[in-house]
Amino acid sequence: MTKLITLTIDGIQVTAPEGTGVADAAKMAGIDIPVFCHHPKLEPVGMCRMCLVEIGRPMRDRATGQIVMENGAPKIQFLPKLETACTNKVEEGLVVLSQTEKAKAGQKGTVEFLLTSHPLDCPICDKGGECPLQNLTIAHGPGKSRFLFDEKFHLGKRVPLGELIVLDQERCIQCARCIRFQDEIAGDAVLGFDDRSRSMKIITSSDPGFDSVFSGNTTDICPVGALTTVDFRFEARPWELGATASICTQCPVGCNITLNTRREARASGDFVVKRVMPRQNEEVNEIWICDKGRFAHHYTDSKKRLTSPLARKGKNEKLAHASWNEATKLAADHFLAAKENFVVLASGRLANEDLFNLKSLADQVGGQAYLYSHIGGGELTTQVGVGAGTNFAGMGAGTTIVVVASDLYQEAPIWYLRVKQAAERGATLIVLNPRETKLDRYASFGVRYAYGDEVKTVNDLDKQSKLGDAFTKAENAVILFGSDGLGLDGTSSLASACAGLLQNAGHVGKPNNGLIGVWERANDQGAWEMGFQVAEDLTEILKGKAVYIVGADPVGDDPKLAQTLEGAKFVAVQDVIETATTEIADVILPAQSFTEREGTLTSGERRVQRFYSAVPPTGESKSDFAITSQLADHMGIDLEGKSVSAVFDILADSVKSFEGLNYAKISEVKPQWPIVGRGDMYYGGTTYENTMGVGAHLTAAKGGETVSTSQVHATREAAPLPKEKELLAVPVTKLYDRGTTVMMSANLLRERIGGPSITLHPESAKSLGVEAGQLVNISFDGVSGDVVVKLDDTISIGVALVPRSMGLAIREPVLAEVHSQR
Amino acid sequence: MSYIVLRHRDIPDLNKLDTYKKNGGFAAFENAVTKMKPNEVTDVVKNSGLRGRGGAGFPTGMKWSFIDNKNWPHYVVANADESEPGTFKDREIMEGNPFQFLEGLAIASYAVGANVAYAYLRGEFWQVAALLDEKIAEMEEAGILGDKLFGTDYSLHIYTHLGAGAYICGEETALLESLEGKRGQPRVRPPFPPAVGLFGKPTVINNVETFTNVPMILANGAEWYKSIGTADSAGVKVFSLSGRVRKPGNYELPFGTTFRELIYTHGGGVQDSRSVKAIMPAGASSSLIVVSDEKILDTPMDYATVRTLGGDLGSASVIVIDDSVSMDWLVNKTVHFFKHESCGKCTPCREGTYWMSNIIERIHTGKGTTGDVDLLLNVAKQIQGKCLCALGEFSTMAVVTGIERFPEDFKKAVSPAPLPLYVSETERMEKA
Repeated sequence: MTKLITLTIDGIQVTAPEGTGVADAAKMAGIDIPVFCHHPKLEPVGMCRMCLVEIGRPMRDRATGQIVMENGAPKIQFLPKLETACTNKVEEGLVVLSQTEKAKAGQKGTVEFLLTSHPLDCPICDKGGECPLQNLTIAHGPGKSRFLFDEKFHLGKRVPLGELIVLDQERCIQCARCIRFQDEIAGDAVLGFDDRSRSMKIITSSDPGFDSVFSGNTTDICPVGALTTVDFRFEARPWELGATASICTQCPVGCNITLNTRREARASGDFVVKRVMPRQNEEVNEIWICDKGRFAHHYTDSKKRLTSPLARKGKNEKLAHASWNEATKLAADHFLAAKENFVVLASGRLANEDLFNLKSLADQVGGQAYLYSHIGGGELTTQVGVGAGTNFAGMGAGTTIVVVASDLYQEAPIWYLRVKQAAERGATLIVLNPRETKLDRYASFGVRYAYGDEVKTVNDLDKQSKLGDAFTKAENAVILFGSDGLGLDGTSSLASACAGLLQNAGHVGKPNNGLIGVWERANDQGAWEMGFQVAEDLTEILKGKAVYIVGADPVGDDPKLAQTLEGAKFVAVQDVIETATTEIADVILPAQSFTEREGTLTSGERRVQRFYSAVPPTGESKSDFAITSQLADHMGIDLEGKSVSAVFDILADSVKSFEGLNYAKISEVKPQWPIVGRGDMYYGGTTYENTMGVGAHLTAAKGGETVSTSQVHATREAAPLPKEKELLAVPVTKLYDRGTTVMMSANLLRERIGGPSITLHPESAKSLGVEAGQLVNISFDGVSGDVVVKLDDTISIGVALVPRSMGLAIREPVLAEVHSQR
Repeated sequence: MSYIVLRHRDIPDLNKLDTYKKNGGFAAFENAVTKMKPNEVTDVVKNSGLRGRGGAGFPTGMKWSFIDNKNWPHYVVANADESEPGTFKDREIMEGNPFQFLEGLAIASYAVGANVAYAYLRGEFWQVAALLDEKIAEMEEAGILGDKLFGTDYSLHIYTHLGAGAYICGEETALLESLEGKRGQPRVRPPFPPAVGLFGKPTVINNVETFTNVPMILANGAEWYKSIGTADSAGVKVFSLSGRVRKPGNYELPFGTTFRELIYTHGGGVQDSRSVKAIMPAGASSSLIVVSDEKILDTPMDYATVRTLGGDLGSASVIVIDDSVSMDWLVNKTVHFFKHESCGKCTPCREGTYWMSNIIERIHTGKGTTGDVDLLLNVAKQIQGKCLCALGEFSTMAVVTGIERFPEDFKKAVSPAPLPLYVSETERMEKA
């Protein structure tokens, strides 16, 4: 139990836990001590000198050590100098004065000093309107300038830090928040100071510049307009922007975001999304989002959006405009006729309500509902997944976190941050991977296994050894399993082994215990909860069927699936954007993007969160659940299609884990620390306050309930061994890939996405006679493509890392041939 | 009186191992390691009254006793950064009497239980560092440094480390940052180095001259050392005399010596037989002590007494200013030095020294007004009491004392009529 300390700040008695800084304690009590360099999530450095206050301590008699009393109260001794509130920790009986003439003179002096070099850029600076320097100048600064304008010191105005962030070195007030964020929180120390004195400036030490997937967060915490994103530069004034609560749909973390919108002439006066900002949810993403979530939203207003229903009158006819009624009826007729040959193929990009209607439809027709995913094991996460009370922020000493077969930094960046921070707080981190990843640095134990030995390695956690004890004897344990070097079969086996282990060790049914899948998409967990199944080989499932593809692009992803679907009986495609799959569709049903509608998503941590509509729908598009309802209607099946919350209520009644949840409950908010938001953004940054819901957990399995791990192979054969001149191609996930939603933002992310490539060990490259940067042809399992060679000496010799969704359909480790191109 | 610190001036070739050994060298260290307990060594230094010679004058023995004995390992660091303008004593010590310095460093290491010690030298001293490396190697070969010394379990290794041209790295916590391979910027204090120092471990940092006194104190006793100098400041000080004197240089003299004796008896008096206008006793970081009355030159130099003159003795880098020097010229020099050397970490120093340098440059080049002098004083006072470390504070000392104590110099430098910084169009038209 942390000790509570009582002190007095500006005459108000304040109680705070031991170890709290005075500036934070004041904030907790509603007293605003101005700060620039201090941030509640960073170590205090006392650099900017803005938080200068008078601090007095109870006097102690030098000889006796007793407190000297005066008029019945401890005599307070003030040091002659002002002190920084951020670096001083609370002490019993401390007296802090932030409003005295002396303190105010100190604060005013600091603002004046900062303004001497700061350029008069407000009229053209993006930060204007949400700028801590502006706000604190009005509150604390001098009215007139005593500094001669011509003597202002000049530095670089448009220094690119990578291609996503622009630095204005002149505006920088050298608070080092960006550097400290990168060092302390992100773990990518790619920013630093160069030179000294008045010439001190920010530089990036990485190539490519500012090489971190968390770079956008520095623009939120920068107190001035020094760091701006290329995405939002000169785009709008903050006071013109509307703010809508939403959830990022790029990965299973479920970061809370805010969509800032404004009317634009280019959209004929309609609202468009101007930028994505983080929204505070200390139990999910704190106040951060990754760059993919921040920048890969442009697909929602791409010219390739599907705007109206289209249908082919006959098999070889072209797609022509149809009415909603025509299009849905055409599809419904085919699906009804297909009966058990009706297949729903839906992806985790869809909301809970959409997936529920699709599953209900499939069930009622007598067909099948498949989740389009290369990761299996979800039925185990519905049984031994994490539940209410689970919060990475609460994990520290006593908790063991196992990350197996996952490069969290690439697959779910904010979970990488959360796990890293838990490890830094004392949690035991066990990383089991076939190759080195960024998370290794924070691990207490690491195992490098050969491809194919995943299950064997995980089962070692059951043994009596230092490693095994770290898992079984921990108070709490969580296992995150991914798909690094694994396909559906492999991940299913892996999940099965993990679930069994958790069950045996009693790490289920209580907060901060359970299995988490690092899924492909935002709502895979929701699909699993509703009973969607997966299949290793979809070609068998789809051959000759009537297929209802929602939110997936199998044709673009895999030439084998493309071939299968060409020979399908009927294909209806429901999506937000043109894809290779829409090209071969018999019916196209245009869906609204997440920015245009409401709904809920279930994160990988089994938290249900609401997202709200920010902009009007594109063209004639409708919400996915509404389309399915209209389609069902033609088949005489009644599915709710008007009210999204009504769908949710039905869902909560039908799916056990959703029991007790409703829109009201998941919209509940609670006070969060640190305090962020529009009123005092100088303190926590420009992250948005969460006023629209922190979400709620699904129920977890009770401890003692046996998990049915009737899964595919409990043990696997080792991966095939490459012969000479052959390589073992293994699938890995890359954050910036060529997924449909990412590619539409390629203007901004082009460099990060890059072109198709494979990564080899230098030895492998040498024996094949290829060099870094060389174009080669790789072929495996009927797939062939030209790729650029990258080298990495931390991977195994004889292995080729093949990123998914970059043009090569790879599912599992497979033997490949690599030939250099002349 | 024979030299205590600059003993190489008495004994030629004292920087050779054999000569040093023949003259009692390393006996104090060996005695301490073999016959004394570490805290006994600290007590001797405490009782001797030795105070830090780097400028702060903190009682050395007391600093050693503050080291946190619950946190290990311990380190000792010698601050050989010597970047204060007007200070050149440590260089002579290291070049002329390196073994006594190293022995003092070794004794201190034993006293606080450190097995590793560092000598941090300013980057410009690469030749001195090379010399020290040679001497350390010789000591290792002779079994005076290394593992298990003199048949005991005590091991000690000393390493030199070079800075890269930053005055701020003379500040002890910035020095530690630099020694750790990071940017040389001061840390937030508290905690102080004896609690959290090098690599987060308890560390004692002292000046080169401070360490060089230690072997003699151990050899001759605390009482002997206390008997030299004054009650407030025991022992001898190496005064670096410079400025408008005929014979600038290092002069080792007991505390209590007067300014007059230093300047006239040893320093050959003021050039061109001019009179002393002001004294900066602590190098560029000084307040300007006004020699308004000849009698001031009879002030004995020790830490307490000099303070009564309105300035600190500091590192005793005595810069003598005569009446040929105008204070605006002097302040221009000191402010430009600090502006260049500011590390940039805290706002008042980074922005303030830049601002002050612009103002004083204007004043000194004849483009200033009386308003500028008021502004300069105001800005300097605005910096005071707000900075993260002493550099920012010291950058204002010459400015404030210069303007307040020598107002005529500044009045002469500026235009008589105060001009407002900004004249509105209407005003200008009305005046025309």
